[in-house]
Amino acid sequence: MADVNRGNRPLSPHLQIYRPQLTSITSILTRITGAGLLVGALLVVWWLLAASTGEGYFEMADAVLTSFIGDVVMFLSLWALWYHTFAGVRHLIWDTGRGFDIPTATKLGWAVIIGSVLATLFTVVVI
Amino acid sequence: MRYLTDRKRAVGMGAAHSGTEHFWGMTVSAVALLILVPLFVFTFGPMLGKPHAEVVAYFGRPFPAIVAGLTLWVGFMHFKNGIRVAIEDYTHGINRKIFIIGATCLSYAAAATGLFALARIAL
Repeated sequence: MADVNRGNRPLSPHLQIYRPQLTSITSILTRITGAGLLVGALLVVWWLLAASTGEGYFEMADAVLTSFIGDVVMFLSLWALWYHTFAGVRHLIWDTGRGFDIPTATKLGWAVIIGSVLATLFTVVVI
Repeated sequence: MRYLTDRKRAVGMGAAHSGTEHFWGMTVSAVALLILVPLFVFTFGPMLGKPHAEVVAYFGRPFPAIVAGLTLWVGFMHFKNGIRVAIEDYTHGINRKIFIIGATCLSYAAAATGLFALARIAL
C-alpha cells in the first residue's frame, strides 16, 4: 500500500490537528455525558439500596451523596443528564432527516448547550 | 436446502448484518427516557438529604416508586446499548468482547439492584 500513488486527494484530518468546532464538541460531549452518567446512576442505586437496608446505612450513603464531593458529582451528573437529554432530542430531530445544514446544526448545538445549563440551574433552584 | 436467495438474506441487514434493531431500540428507549427523566429528577431530587423515614415513606408510594423503577431499568438498558457502540468504536479484538460483556453485566446488575431496593422499600 505504501507505494500506491494516492494523487493529490485531500487527507482525512487527524483528531489532534482537527480544529474543534461547535458541532464536533457538542457531538463528543453527548458520548462523554452518556458514559459519565454511569457514575451518578450507580450512586443513586447505592443510595436506594442503603435506604432499603436501614437507617444507619442510609445516613452513611446520604452523607456521601450530600458531602461537598457528592454535591459536585451530583451537580455534574444533573448537567450531564440534561445535556444528554437535549442532545438526544437533537438526534431524534436528525433521525427524521431534518436539520443537517450547517446553520441549523449550529443553532441546535447552541440550543443543547444553553438548554442544558438553564435546565440544570432551574432544577437546582426548584429542588 | 435453503430456499432463501442471497439477495433476500441480505436485504434490510445493512453493513452491520443485524438490520435496524439496535437503532430502533435506542430510539424507543430515548423517547421513553424523555418522559421518565424529568419525572425522576423532580421526584428523586427533593428526597436527597431527607431523613430516612421520609425517604422510605415517599418511595413506598406508587408513583415515585414506579417512576424510579422505570427510569433505572430503561436508563440502564439504554446505557447498555449505547455504551456498546462507544466500545465498538474504540476497542478491538478480545478487549472489545471483555468490555461489552462487562458493561452488559454491570447494567443488568445495577438495574436489578435498583429494582430490588425499591421493592424492599415498598414492601
